[in-house]
Amino acid sequence: MKNSKITNTLTFDCETGNYHTFCPISCVAWLYQKIEDSFFLVIGTKTCGYFLQNALGVMIFAEPRYAMAELEEPDISAQLNDYKELKRLCLQIKHDRNPSVIVWIGTCTTEIIKMDLEGMAPKLEAEIQTPIVVARANGLDYAFTQGEDTVLSAMVQRCPTSSINEKQEQKSSLVLFGSLPTNVATQLNLELERCGIQVSGWLPSQRYVDLPVLNETVYVCGVNPFLSRTATTLMRRRKCKLISAPFPIGPDGTRAWLEKICDVFGVKPIGLVERENQIWESLQDYIALVRGKSVFFMGDNLLEISLARFLVRCGMIVYEIGIPYLDKRFQAAELDFLEKTCHQLNVSMPRIVEKPDNYNQVQRIRELQPDLAITGMAHANPLEARGINTKWSVEFTFAQIHGFTNARDILELVTRPLRRNQALQNLGWNQLVKS
Amino acid sequence: MKLAYWMYAGPAHIGTLRVASSFKNVHAIMHAPLGDDYFNVMRSMLERERDFTPVTASIVDRHVLARGSQERVVENITRKDKEENPDLIILTPTCTSSILQEDLQNFVNRASLDSKSDVILADVNHYRVNELQASDRTLEQIVRFYLEKAKLKNELNIQKTDKPSANIIGIFTLGFHNQHDCRELKRLLTDLGITINEILPEGGSVTNIKKLPNAWFNLIPYREVGLMTAKYLQTEFDMPYVAVTPMGLLETENCIREIITVIKNYEPSYDFDFESYIDTQTRFISQAAWFSRSIDCQNLTGKKAVVFGDATHAVSMTKILSREMGIRVSCSGTYCKHDADWFREQVDGFCDEVLITDDHTQVADMIARIEPAAIFGTQMERHIGKRLDIPCGVISAPVHIQNFPLGFRPFLGYEGTNQISDLVYNSFTLGMEDHLLEIFGGHDTKEVITKSLSTDSDFEWSPEALSELQRIPGFVRGKIKRNTEKFAREQNIKTITLEVMFAAKEAVGA
Ligand code: SF4
Repeated sequence: MKNSKITNTLTFDCETGNYHTFCPISCVAWLYQKIEDSFFLVIGTKTCGYFLQNALGVMIFAEPRYAMAELEEPDISAQLNDYKELKRLCLQIKHDRNPSVIVWIGTCTTEIIKMDLEGMAPKLEAEIQTPIVVARANGLDYAFTQGEDTVLSAMVQRCPTSSINEKQEQKSSLVLFGSLPTNVATQLNLELERCGIQVSGWLPSQRYVDLPVLNETVYVCGVNPFLSRTATTLMRRRKCKLISAPFPIGPDGTRAWLEKICDVFGVKPIGLVERENQIWESLQDYIALVRGKSVFFMGDNLLEISLARFLVRCGMIVYEIGIPYLDKRFQAAELDFLEKTCHQLNVSMPRIVEKPDNYNQVQRIRELQPDLAITGMAHANPLEARGINTKWSVEFTFAQIHGFTNARDILELVTRPLRRNQALQNLGWNQLVKS
Repeated sequence: MKLAYWMYAGPAHIGTLRVASSFKNVHAIMHAPLGDDYFNVMRSMLERERDFTPVTASIVDRHVLARGSQERVVENITRKDKEENPDLIILTPTCTSSILQEDLQNFVNRASLDSKSDVILADVNHYRVNELQASDRTLEQIVRFYLEKAKLKNELNIQKTDKPSANIIGIFTLGFHNQHDCRELKRLLTDLGITINEILPEGGSVTNIKKLPNAWFNLIPYREVGLMTAKYLQTEFDMPYVAVTPMGLLETENCIREIITVIKNYEPSYDFDFESYIDTQTRFISQAAWFSRSIDCQNLTGKKAVVFGDATHAVSMTKILSREMGIRVSCSGTYCKHDADWFREQVDGFCDEVLITDDHTQVADMIARIEPAAIFGTQMERHIGKRLDIPCGVISAPVHIQNFPLGFRPFLGYEGTNQISDLVYNSFTLGMEDHLLEIFGGHDTKEVITKSLSTDSDFEWSPEALSELQRIPGFVRGKIKRNTEKFAREQNIKTITLEVMFAAKEAVGA
């Protein structure tokens, strides 16, 4: 064996939590687009508004179905009545947009002043006759994509327990959870259909009024690694049966995900191995670029474990997987898969760093000089100026990366800086800061 | 509570961070929840900064809520002190710290005992001031801190430089074309035989603040940031300041005249032939004066424009359009509500109406009502313009990445006047071109609607329909007319009534 220093198990560290990530309220950006009849009201301050306006960029000019309920000084000092204020704003929203649901996003400020959103919502809902869902997606408790987790877990409560045609529902059905662009959801539906499994619904659905039926006969399976609260709520509140699988990211992940579901439903999938191989075959040009290259995940969106696992399978060496928060139970199958993949390819296990410290990470990056750092936009340009190739992590959240069909898109992102290098490499301008 | 979709000026802490990160070797630590360090993204992306933004957060989380943040804040400050050796650390409160009501000053006092660097608490309140006010305040606070410190240590030398000299105050990061303006101002002052003493805060060092009083005067190019500092320096050190924004030919001239007056006050023998300097620059170096005489600009005479932006740029632009180009400014407005009186006074006589608001829907309604031929505003107005098919030149923050050009694009000084002429001319000609294309069939028409122009079409319009058509804003009227007639043609309708118009509208959803 050439590699005697291989660590055989994954190591887990935890640092200071001083890292850069998006505030979880950013989930409104993709959720309002996904749930077409919704309206998201973020109850917070100018700080929250400023973040959304800048992070959402041009989307903001397209009359989005979201708004800030901006808290002003009298709201903070309780001179104004929260309930009356929210009622005024919600009536206006109802009048202007007539949504099927208003989602209240609680923020740091509503937490600190202990605004009782959960208490007020049912009353106001009854009064204005529009459902109000409350999600506390604040920066005190969560990071970036976890915002979606809080919204979906609040939506679980709103799903019907039985359909109109109840008898037909006796046999077990499958509901997938996680917000994906509609065409990606359709692709996954089709992959399952090929295996002979019918998806009976998605959480979230494209319209709020079409939320799926959830009860003890329903199997649920997640499509994204940051949905641990939603999973817990599905099991505890709706007695759904959770299928724990790796996530359908990369052809390897997709096959493992499908196989696990098939296994639960007692179906023998046909042709999956061939399908996976076919996809790998089609990725060869990109894989040639990444093979043997090293990568460092600074960590900010919780997709890191799955992406790292896929990249190891592509022949990359992963030095570090930073991750905001790791639910070892919800990600158990994925962690296991990562470990197996490393064994199979005979590469050393990456170090997993929960709540990373960006300052320390930059020191480690300087030492390790990885071929690629996957990082937030705050660090990307400064690292590039120091000759480190970077890929902005946020793009992985907005690109289509699930299923067999989209594996190429992941590599498209990962190889972009490497391909740029091929074009520019002989110019000798890699170090662009004065030392 | 206020229903808000968009804001012109950011929260207070952004202002403090902009000032802090403009200085060299100053580090800001935000007292904030995870996710509020979005400033770093903006600076790194918009300014394309090569260096790490010297801003970190002392994270407020559940643990902090339960136990208080003293320990963590102090630890973060002393850690940063060791890691980066900054000259100054500024603890920056956010909306979250405003309501937690912890004694941040006390943490600062504690931390400064163990730190080599100076430590101060930015004196800004989220609920009272916005980004711009906060930056003005923070800059003054830092300047005051270092001058008082120097005084205490007896290191203050208030002797003036031998030759006339100036401080330029208010150039900072993420400011609209600030870097370019700064270069242009330096050139202007050099032309006048004035040396630059200090530039603050961009690229400045806090250790040099004690040299500020050596300058003969302070130049404050922007209304929003620097005035507080200038006033402090005036009261404390009797330093005069010039706060005329040298934007446009006339205001540049005013600015120069004020500077000359200030200098002659110190040194009556200063004999710079500024009359001929101004004359040469105006008539021959800058192209703007010639441009306003040229027949191109003649075509703009009396055209309607709307101006909106921060106080500095909206005022200057309004004056330029109406005084220097003969364009009719139908409405001039600003989102700097805190400076409304000054704004009104400045634009008085140069526009038909004034709008002071930070609500972009009011701005949009105003624009839709006035239907100007061009808009000069922020990125928001650019998008409003897009929707209404009116061209827009961006003249003020808030801005996008395309407003941080790599090429030299000052708005101030004589080169600035050239840039502004281009901007104005391009906005209007674009509008004209579009309009002409529209009249002659449109450039993106996919199918031929009719062989002849719709003006001599063979449709009969009922009087009601015709008056409804007149009510439709001019820039879409032609389109609506064509769509209606196309619909009528398809339906074999000869007379166009109100019903037909509405049916056509429903059919195309426009
Ligand atoms: S971290 Fe808190 S205060 Fe900041 S944007 Fe997010 S919810 Fe708002």
